[in-house]
Amino acid sequence: MSGTIYTETLIYAAPEQFVNDAPYQLAIVTLEDGKRLTARIASEKSGERVQIGDKVELAEYRDGIPFFRKV
Amino acid sequence: MRPVAVIGIGKTAFGAFPDRDLRSLAVEAGRKCMEDAHVKPSQVEAFYLGNFAGPSFVGQNHLAPYIAGAMDITGVPCTRFEAACASSGSAFFHAVSAVGAGLYDVVLVGGVEKMTSQPTPKVTEILAGAGDMCGEGRAGATFPALFAMIARRHMYQYGTTREMLAAVAVKNHANGAKNPQAHMRKVITMEQALGGKPIADPLTVYDCSLISDGAAAVLIVPLERASEFTDKPARVLGIAQTSDQVALDQKEDITTFKAVKEAAQKAYKMAGVTANDIQFAEVHDCFTIAEIVASEDLGFVKKGEGGPYALQGCTALNGPRPLNTSGGLKSKGHPVGATGVAQICDVVAQIRGEAGERQLQRHSLGLAQNLGGSGATAVVTILGAAA
Repeated sequence: MSGTIYTETLIYAAPEQFVNDAPYQLAIVTLEDGKRLTARIASEKSGERVQIGDKVELAEYRDGIPFFRKV
Repeated sequence: MRPVAVIGIGKTAFGAFPDRDLRSLAVEAGRKCMEDAHVKPSQVEAFYLGNFAGPSFVGQNHLAPYIAGAMDITGVPCTRFEAACASSGSAFFHAVSAVGAGLYDVVLVGGVEKMTSQPTPKVTEILAGAGDMCGEGRAGATFPALFAMIARRHMYQYGTTREMLAAVAVKNHANGAKNPQAHMRKVITMEQALGGKPIADPLTVYDCSLISDGAAAVLIVPLERASEFTDKPARVLGIAQTSDQVALDQKEDITTFKAVKEAAQKAYKMAGVTANDIQFAEVHDCFTIAEIVASEDLGFVKKGEGGPYALQGCTALNGPRPLNTSGGLKSKGHPVGATGVAQICDVVAQIRGEAGERQLQRHSLGLAQNLGGSGATAVVTILGAAA
Protein backbone atom coordinates (compact mmCIF):
# COMPACT_ATOMS: atom_id res chain seq x y z
CA MET A 1 0.00 0.00 0.00
CA SER A 2 1.43 3.36 -1.01
CA GLY A 3 0.35 6.95 -1.40
CA THR A 4 1.17 10.64 -1.05
CA ILE A 5 1.30 12.84 2.05
CA TYR A 6 -1.79 15.12 2.04
CA THR A 7 -0.89 16.82 5.33
CA GLU A 8 1.18 16.11 8.43
CA THR A 9 2.13 17.27 11.92
CA LEU A 10 4.69 16.47 14.57
CA ILE A 11 2.95 15.84 17.90
CA TYR A 12 4.73 16.97 21.07
CA ALA A 13 1.76 16.97 23.48
CA ALA A 14 0.43 13.42 23.29
CA PRO A 15 -2.68 11.82 24.73
CA GLU A 16 -2.11 9.70 27.82
CA GLN A 17 -1.60 6.37 26.03
CA PHE A 18 1.03 7.77 23.63
CA VAL A 19 3.02 10.01 26.01
CA ASN A 20 6.10 7.77 25.69
CA ASP A 21 6.06 8.01 21.87
CA ALA A 22 6.21 11.83 21.71
CA PRO A 23 7.33 13.55 19.64
CA TYR A 24 5.84 11.50 16.80
CA GLN A 25 4.71 12.36 13.30
CA LEU A 26 1.10 11.85 12.20
CA ALA A 27 -0.07 12.27 8.62
CA ILE A 28 -3.07 11.93 6.35
CA VAL A 29 -2.04 9.84 3.36
CA THR A 30 -3.88 9.93 0.03
CA LEU A 31 -3.74 6.33 -1.18
CA GLU A 32 -3.47 5.28 -4.82
CA ASP A 33 -7.23 4.70 -5.06
CA GLY A 34 -7.89 8.27 -3.83
CA LYS A 35 -9.03 7.26 -0.33
CA ARG A 36 -7.42 8.91 2.67
CA LEU A 37 -6.01 7.33 5.81
CA THR A 38 -4.64 8.78 9.05
CA ALA A 39 -1.34 7.07 9.81
CA ARG A 40 1.86 7.33 11.80
CA ILE A 41 5.22 7.88 10.15
CA ALA A 42 7.86 5.28 11.03
CA SER A 43 10.99 7.23 11.79
CA GLU A 44 12.63 5.55 14.77
CA LYS A 45 15.88 4.71 12.96
CA SER A 46 16.23 7.58 10.52
CA GLY A 47 14.51 10.34 12.45
CA GLU A 48 13.07 11.12 9.04
CA ARG A 49 10.13 13.50 8.68
CA VAL A 50 7.80 13.62 5.71
CA GLN A 51 6.30 16.68 4.03
CA ILE A 52 3.18 17.35 1.95
CA GLY A 53 3.63 15.73 -1.47
CA ASP A 54 6.14 13.06 -0.36
CA LYS A 55 5.57 9.53 -1.65
CA VAL A 56 5.17 6.99 1.16
CA GLU A 57 4.54 3.26 1.52
CA LEU A 58 3.12 1.10 4.28
CA ALA A 59 5.92 -0.14 6.53
CA GLU A 60 3.90 -2.17 9.03
CA TYR A 61 0.88 -2.31 11.31
CA ARG A 62 1.55 -2.00 15.05
CA ASP A 63 -1.42 -2.71 17.31
CA GLY A 64 -3.64 -2.06 14.32
CA ILE A 65 -2.07 1.33 13.60
CA PRO A 66 -0.66 1.80 10.07
CA PHE A 67 2.93 3.09 9.97
CA PHE A 68 4.16 4.56 6.66
CA ARG A 69 7.69 5.43 5.55
CA LYS A 70 9.12 7.60 2.78
CA VAL A 71 9.69 5.79 -0.51
CA MET B 1 -41.52 29.66 12.97
CA ARG B 2 -42.38 32.49 15.37
CA PRO B 3 -39.54 34.94 16.17
CA VAL B 4 -37.45 34.23 19.29
CA ALA B 5 -35.57 36.66 21.55
CA VAL B 6 -32.80 36.33 24.13
CA ILE B 7 -34.00 38.09 27.29
CA GLY B 8 -31.33 37.08 29.78
CA ILE B 9 -27.63 36.22 29.89
CA GLY B 10 -25.39 34.94 32.69
CA LYS B 11 -21.83 33.63 32.85
CA THR B 12 -19.32 32.56 35.43
CA ALA B 13 -15.76 33.76 35.05
CA PHE B 14 -13.74 31.24 33.01
CA GLY B 15 -10.57 29.84 34.56
CA ALA B 16 -9.08 27.03 36.64
CA PHE B 17 -11.19 26.77 39.79
CA PRO B 18 -10.03 23.83 41.95
CA ASP B 19 -12.60 24.67 44.64
CA ARG B 20 -15.61 24.68 42.32
CA ASP B 21 -17.55 21.66 41.11
CA LEU B 22 -19.41 21.36 37.79
CA ARG B 23 -22.85 21.87 39.30
CA SER B 24 -21.98 24.99 41.24
CA LEU B 25 -20.61 26.63 38.08
CA ALA B 26 -23.70 25.78 36.05
CA VAL B 27 -26.01 26.93 38.85
CA GLU B 28 -24.16 30.26 39.20
CA ALA B 29 -24.56 30.98 35.47
CA GLY B 30 -28.22 29.90 35.48
CA ARG B 31 -29.12 32.02 38.51
CA LYS B 32 -27.33 35.09 37.12
CA CYS B 33 -29.25 34.62 33.88
CA MET B 34 -32.64 34.29 35.60
CA GLU B 35 -31.85 37.36 37.70
CA ASP B 36 -30.86 39.30 34.58
CA ALA B 37 -34.22 38.48 32.96
CA HIS B 38 -36.30 38.76 36.17
CA VAL B 39 -37.45 35.17 35.66
CA LYS B 40 -38.29 32.86 38.56
CA PRO B 41 -37.33 29.16 38.43
CA SER B 42 -41.04 28.27 38.47
CA GLN B 43 -41.51 30.14 35.18
CA VAL B 44 -38.94 28.02 33.30
CA GLU B 45 -40.75 25.55 31.04
CA ALA B 46 -37.73 23.55 29.85
CA PHE B 47 -33.97 23.35 30.49
CA TYR B 48 -31.56 22.58 27.66
CA LEU B 49 -27.98 21.86 28.72
CA GLY B 50 -24.84 21.62 26.62
CA ASN B 51 -22.05 19.52 28.10
CA PHE B 52 -19.36 17.56 26.29
CA ALA B 53 -17.79 15.18 28.76
CA GLY B 54 -18.96 15.63 32.34
CA PRO B 55 -19.05 11.85 32.83
CA SER B 56 -15.36 11.59 31.75
CA PHE B 57 -14.07 14.76 33.40
CA VAL B 58 -15.86 14.50 36.76
CA GLY B 59 -17.70 11.16 36.74
CA GLN B 60 -21.17 12.72 36.87
CA ASN B 61 -23.98 11.74 34.54
CA HIS B 62 -27.67 12.71 34.29
CA LEU B 63 -26.50 16.29 34.30
CA ALA B 64 -29.53 18.29 33.12
CA PRO B 65 -31.95 17.43 35.96
CA TYR B 66 -28.97 17.38 38.37
CA ILE B 67 -28.23 21.03 37.60
CA ALA B 68 -31.84 22.15 37.11
CA GLY B 69 -32.86 20.66 40.46
CA ALA B 70 -30.18 22.71 42.21
CA MET B 71 -31.76 25.83 40.67
CA ASP B 72 -35.24 24.77 41.91
CA ILE B 73 -36.32 23.91 38.38
CA THR B 74 -38.22 20.61 38.50
CA GLY B 75 -41.21 19.01 36.80
CA VAL B 76 -40.19 20.14 33.32
CA PRO B 77 -38.14 18.55 30.51
CA CYS B 78 -34.41 18.82 31.35
CA THR B 79 -32.11 17.41 28.67
CA ARG B 80 -28.39 17.30 27.98
CA PHE B 81 -27.00 17.84 24.46
CA GLU B 82 -23.58 16.54 23.43
CA ALA B 83 -21.93 17.71 20.21
CA ALA B 84 -18.27 18.00 21.25
CA CYS B 85 -17.27 21.68 21.47
CA ALA B 86 -20.60 22.67 19.89
CA SER B 87 -22.61 21.03 22.69
CA SER B 88 -24.25 24.19 23.98
CA GLY B 89 -24.53 25.72 20.52
CA SER B 90 -26.56 22.64 19.66
CA ALA B 91 -28.61 22.95 22.87
CA PHE B 92 -29.33 26.58 21.94
CA PHE B 93 -30.32 25.65 18.37
CA HIS B 94 -32.78 23.02 19.62
CA ALA B 95 -34.18 25.33 22.30
CA VAL B 96 -34.76 28.12 19.77
CA SER B 97 -36.40 25.59 17.46
CA ALA B 98 -38.74 24.44 20.25
CA VAL B 99 -39.73 27.98 21.28
CA GLY B 100 -40.04 28.97 17.62
CA ALA B 101 -42.34 26.01 17.02
CA GLY B 102 -44.54 27.03 19.95
CA LEU B 103 -43.72 24.12 22.29
CA TYR B 104 -42.64 26.42 25.13
CA ASP B 105 -42.45 30.12 25.95
CA VAL B 106 -39.72 30.44 28.61
CA VAL B 107 -36.66 28.22 28.15
CA LEU B 108 -33.32 28.26 29.96
CA VAL B 109 -30.29 27.10 27.96
CA GLY B 110 -27.07 26.35 29.81
CA GLY B 111 -23.59 25.13 28.99
CA VAL B 112 -20.92 23.91 31.37
CA GLU B 113 -17.59 22.09 31.49
CA LYS B 114 -15.29 21.34 34.41
CA MET B 115 -11.97 20.35 32.82
CA THR B 116 -9.11 21.30 35.10
CA SER B 117 -9.52 18.52 37.68
CA GLN B 118 -7.75 16.14 35.25
CA PRO B 119 -4.05 16.27 34.24
CA THR B 120 -3.38 17.61 30.73
CA PRO B 121 -2.60 14.22 29.02
CA LYS B 122 -5.94 12.89 30.35
CA VAL B 123 -7.77 16.04 29.13
CA THR B 124 -6.09 15.58 25.73
CA GLU B 125 -7.31 11.97 25.64
CA ILE B 126 -10.89 12.87 26.61
CA LEU B 127 -11.00 15.64 24.00
CA ALA B 128 -9.63 13.24 21.35
CA GLY B 129 -12.87 11.28 21.85
CA ALA B 130 -14.62 14.01 19.83
CA GLY B 131 -12.79 12.58 16.81
CA ASP B 132 -12.94 9.11 15.23
CA MET B 133 -11.49 6.78 17.86
CA CYS B 134 -11.35 3.86 15.39
CA GLY B 135 -9.21 5.84 12.93
CA GLU B 136 -7.42 9.10 13.69
CA GLY B 137 -7.76 8.67 17.45
CA ARG B 138 -6.32 5.16 17.45
CA ALA B 139 -3.35 6.41 15.40
CA GLY B 140 -2.54 8.96 18.12
CA ALA B 141 -4.26 12.12 16.84
CA THR B 142 -5.00 14.87 19.32
CA PHE B 143 -7.20 17.88 18.62
CA PRO B 144 -4.17 20.17 18.34
CA ALA B 145 -2.76 17.63 15.84
CA LEU B 146 -5.92 17.64 13.71
CA PHE B 147 -5.91 21.45 13.54
CA ALA B 148 -2.13 21.45 12.98
CA MET B 149 -2.75 19.28 9.91
CA ILE B 150 -5.44 21.74 8.77
CA ALA B 151 -2.96 24.60 9.30
CA ARG B 152 -0.22 22.79 7.34
CA ARG B 153 -2.54 22.23 4.40
CA HIS B 154 -3.84 25.84 4.55
CA MET B 155 -0.23 27.08 4.52
CA TYR B 156 0.55 24.81 1.57
CA GLN B 157 -2.49 25.80 -0.50
CA TYR B 158 -2.77 29.50 0.33
CA GLY B 159 0.60 30.66 1.61
CA THR B 160 -0.70 31.25 5.13
CA THR B 161 2.23 31.93 7.49
CA ARG B 162 3.10 31.37 11.14
CA GLU B 163 2.88 35.17 11.62
CA MET B 164 -0.73 35.14 10.38
CA LEU B 165 -1.62 32.43 12.91
CA ALA B 166 0.19 34.31 15.67
CA ALA B 167 -1.64 37.53 14.78
CA VAL B 168 -4.90 35.83 15.80
CA ALA B 169 -3.45 34.91 19.20
CA VAL B 170 -2.00 38.39 19.80
CA LYS B 171 -5.33 40.05 18.91
CA ASN B 172 -7.45 37.68 21.03
CA HIS B 173 -5.18 38.09 24.04
CA ALA B 174 -5.38 41.89 23.65
CA ASN B 175 -9.20 41.62 23.75
CA GLY B 176 -9.26 39.10 26.58
CA ALA B 177 -7.01 41.30 28.71
CA LYS B 178 -9.92 43.79 28.71
CA ASN B 179 -12.51 41.15 29.68
CA PRO B 180 -12.89 40.82 33.47
CA GLN B 181 -14.32 37.28 33.06
CA ALA B 182 -11.54 35.97 30.79
CA HIS B 183 -9.34 33.03 31.84
CA MET B 184 -6.00 34.48 30.69
CA ARG B 185 -6.02 38.28 30.92
CA LYS B 186 -2.56 38.65 29.49
CA VAL B 187 -1.36 40.71 26.54
CA ILE B 188 1.17 38.78 24.43
CA THR B 189 3.59 39.99 21.76
CA MET B 190 4.12 38.57 18.28
CA GLU B 191 7.56 37.32 19.41
CA GLN B 192 6.03 35.43 22.35
CA ALA B 193 3.32 33.92 20.15
CA LEU B 194 5.88 32.75 17.59
CA GLY B 195 8.23 31.34 20.22
CA GLY B 196 5.75 29.31 22.26
CA LYS B 197 6.32 25.74 23.33
CA PRO B 198 5.51 23.38 20.41
CA ILE B 199 2.30 21.37 20.84
CA ALA B 200 1.73 19.94 17.35
CA ASP B 201 3.83 21.47 14.61
CA PRO B 202 3.20 24.20 13.35
CA LEU B 203 0.98 25.04 16.37
CA THR B 204 2.54 26.24 19.62
CA VAL B 205 0.90 26.66 22.99
CA TYR B 206 -0.13 30.19 21.92
CA ASP B 207 -2.11 28.78 18.99
CA CYS B 208 -4.22 26.61 21.29
CA SER B 209 -7.29 27.57 23.30
CA LEU B 210 -7.26 27.10 27.06
CA ILE B 211 -8.35 24.19 29.24
CA SER B 212 -10.94 25.92 31.41
CA ASP B 213 -13.74 25.54 33.91
CA GLY B 214 -16.84 27.63 33.38
CA ALA B 215 -20.52 27.92 32.61
CA ALA B 216 -22.91 30.17 30.69
CA ALA B 217 -26.68 30.48 30.35
CA VAL B 218 -29.26 32.35 28.31
CA LEU B 219 -33.04 32.65 28.57
CA ILE B 220 -35.17 32.71 25.46
CA VAL B 221 -38.85 33.55 24.89
CA PRO B 222 -41.03 34.30 21.87
CA LEU B 223 -40.25 37.85 20.71
CA GLU B 224 -43.86 38.92 21.34
CA ARG B 225 -43.37 38.27 25.08
CA ALA B 226 -39.86 39.74 25.41
CA SER B 227 -41.05 43.12 26.70
CA GLU B 228 -42.57 41.42 29.78
CA PHE B 229 -39.02 40.63 30.92
CA THR B 230 -36.58 43.20 29.51
CA ASP B 231 -36.33 46.49 27.63
CA LYS B 232 -33.25 45.26 25.75
CA PRO B 233 -34.06 41.96 24.06
CA ALA B 234 -31.82 40.57 21.32
CA ARG B 235 -33.63 38.87 18.49
CA VAL B 236 -32.49 35.55 17.00
CA LEU B 237 -32.65 36.59 13.36
CA GLY B 238 -31.18 33.43 11.89
CA ILE B 239 -29.88 30.11 13.18
CA ALA B 240 -28.78 26.80 11.69
CA GLN B 241 -27.05 23.62 12.80
CA THR B 242 -25.42 21.36 10.23
CA SER B 243 -23.14 18.32 10.22
CA ASP B 244 -20.33 16.62 8.32
CA GLN B 245 -18.08 13.55 8.65
CA VAL B 246 -16.38 13.23 12.06
CA ALA B 247 -12.99 12.00 10.80
CA LEU B 248 -10.75 14.65 9.25
CA ASP B 249 -9.45 12.14 6.69
CA GLN B 250 -13.00 11.66 5.35
CA LYS B 251 -13.30 15.31 4.28
CA GLU B 252 -12.50 16.21 0.70
CA ASP B 253 -10.87 19.57 1.53
CA ILE B 254 -9.67 20.09 5.10
CA THR B 255 -8.92 23.80 4.62
CA THR B 256 -12.64 24.55 4.85
CA PHE B 257 -15.44 23.42 7.16
CA LYS B 258 -18.31 22.48 4.88
CA ALA B 259 -20.71 22.35 7.82
CA VAL B 260 -19.86 25.95 8.79
CA LYS B 261 -20.36 27.21 5.24
CA GLU B 262 -23.73 25.48 5.00
CA ALA B 263 -24.89 26.66 8.43
CA ALA B 264 -23.83 30.23 7.59
CA GLN B 265 -25.70 30.23 4.29
CA LYS B 266 -28.86 28.92 5.97
CA ALA B 267 -28.60 31.43 8.82
CA TYR B 268 -27.97 34.36 6.45
CA LYS B 269 -30.97 33.34 4.35
CA MET B 270 -33.23 33.03 7.40
CA ALA B 271 -32.09 36.45 8.68
CA GLY B 272 -32.33 38.08 5.24
CA VAL B 273 -28.77 39.41 5.50
CA THR B 274 -25.43 38.74 3.83
CA ALA B 275 -21.95 38.22 5.28
CA ASN B 276 -21.14 41.85 4.50
CA ASP B 277 -23.92 43.06 6.81
CA ILE B 278 -22.45 41.31 9.88
CA GLN B 279 -20.77 43.97 12.03
CA PHE B 280 -18.95 41.69 14.48
CA ALA B 281 -18.73 38.02 15.42
CA GLU B 282 -17.70 35.55 18.07
CA VAL B 283 -16.03 32.73 16.13
CA HIS B 284 -14.79 29.34 17.29
CA ASP B 285 -11.02 29.90 17.66
CA CYS B 286 -10.24 26.59 19.36
CA PHE B 287 -6.94 27.05 17.48
CA THR B 288 -5.68 30.16 15.68
CA ILE B 289 -6.08 28.46 12.30
CA ALA B 290 -9.76 27.87 13.11
CA GLU B 291 -10.43 31.64 13.33
CA ILE B 292 -8.73 32.15 9.96
CA VAL B 293 -10.79 29.36 8.38
CA ALA B 294 -13.97 30.70 10.04
CA SER B 295 -13.47 34.16 8.53
CA GLU B 296 -13.37 32.45 5.12
CA ASP B 297 -16.21 29.97 5.67
CA LEU B 298 -18.51 32.69 7.03
CA GLY B 299 -17.87 34.69 3.86
CA PHE B 300 -16.11 37.65 5.48
CA VAL B 301 -13.21 37.13 3.06
CA LYS B 302 -12.53 34.94 0.03
CA LYS B 303 -11.05 31.45 0.47
CA GLY B 304 -7.37 31.67 1.35
CA GLU B 305 -7.47 35.34 2.42
CA GLY B 306 -8.21 34.77 6.10
CA GLY B 307 -4.54 34.88 7.07
CA PRO B 308 -3.70 38.30 5.60
CA TYR B 309 -7.09 39.59 6.91
CA ALA B 310 -5.97 38.72 10.47
CA LEU B 311 -2.41 39.99 10.02
CA GLN B 312 -3.61 43.35 8.67
CA GLY B 313 -5.69 44.00 11.80
CA CYS B 314 -9.07 43.83 10.03
CA THR B 315 -10.47 41.69 12.86
CA ALA B 316 -9.16 43.80 15.77
CA LEU B 317 -11.43 45.80 18.11
CA ASN B 318 -10.82 48.92 15.98
CA GLY B 319 -10.85 47.04 12.66
CA PRO B 320 -13.64 46.94 10.09
CA ARG B 321 -14.97 43.59 11.35
CA PRO B 322 -14.02 42.76 14.93
CA LEU B 323 -13.84 39.03 15.68
CA ASN B 324 -13.87 37.65 19.23
CA THR B 325 -14.12 40.90 21.16
CA SER B 326 -14.48 38.66 24.24
CA GLY B 327 -10.94 37.34 23.77
CA GLY B 328 -12.27 34.20 22.12
CA LEU B 329 -11.58 30.65 23.20
CA LYS B 330 -7.89 31.55 23.11
CA SER B 331 -7.95 34.10 25.93
CA LYS B 332 -11.46 34.08 27.41
CA GLY B 333 -11.11 30.31 27.80
CA HIS B 334 -12.76 27.21 26.38
CA PRO B 335 -14.77 25.13 28.86
CA VAL B 336 -15.96 23.19 25.84
CA GLY B 337 -19.59 22.54 26.78
CA ALA B 338 -20.08 26.17 27.83
CA THR B 339 -18.57 27.78 24.76
CA GLY B 340 -21.58 27.92 22.41
CA VAL B 341 -23.86 29.62 24.92
CA ALA B 342 -21.00 31.85 26.15
CA GLN B 343 -20.62 33.13 22.58
CA ILE B 344 -24.35 34.00 22.51
CA CYS B 345 -23.90 35.86 25.85
CA ASP B 346 -20.95 37.81 24.41
CA VAL B 347 -22.79 38.79 21.22
CA VAL B 348 -25.87 39.84 23.22
CA ALA B 349 -23.69 41.91 25.60
CA GLN B 350 -22.33 43.84 22.58
CA ILE B 351 -25.83 44.33 21.15
CA ARG B 352 -27.01 45.68 24.52
CA GLY B 353 -24.00 48.01 24.73
CA GLU B 354 -22.74 46.29 27.89
CA ALA B 355 -19.28 45.17 26.71
CA GLY B 356 -17.37 47.74 28.77
CA GLU B 357 -13.89 48.56 27.49
CA ARG B 358 -14.52 46.28 24.51
CA GLN B 359 -17.79 47.92 23.47
CA LEU B 360 -18.04 48.46 19.72
CA GLN B 361 -19.55 51.52 18.03
CA ARG B 362 -21.38 49.38 15.46
CA HIS B 363 -23.09 46.66 17.45
CA SER B 364 -26.62 46.07 16.16
CA LEU B 365 -25.95 42.90 14.10
CA GLY B 366 -23.65 40.13 15.33
CA LEU B 367 -22.94 36.48 14.62
CA ALA B 368 -21.83 33.50 16.71
CA GLN B 369 -20.15 30.45 15.16
CA ASN B 370 -19.72 27.29 17.25
CA LEU B 371 -17.76 24.29 15.92
CA GLY B 372 -17.80 20.69 17.14
CA GLY B 373 -14.75 18.48 16.69
CA SER B 374 -12.87 19.09 13.46
CA GLY B 375 -16.06 20.34 11.82
CA ALA B 376 -18.61 17.54 12.22
CA THR B 377 -21.07 19.90 13.93
CA ALA B 378 -21.51 23.58 13.18
CA VAL B 379 -23.99 26.07 14.63
CA VAL B 380 -24.26 29.61 13.27
CA THR B 381 -26.52 32.16 14.96
CA ILE B 382 -27.27 35.72 13.85
CA LEU B 383 -28.50 38.09 16.53
CA GLY B 384 -29.73 41.63 16.24
CA ALA B 385 -31.14 44.43 18.33
CA ALA B 386 -34.91 43.93 18.54
CA ALA B 387 -36.25 47.19 17.15
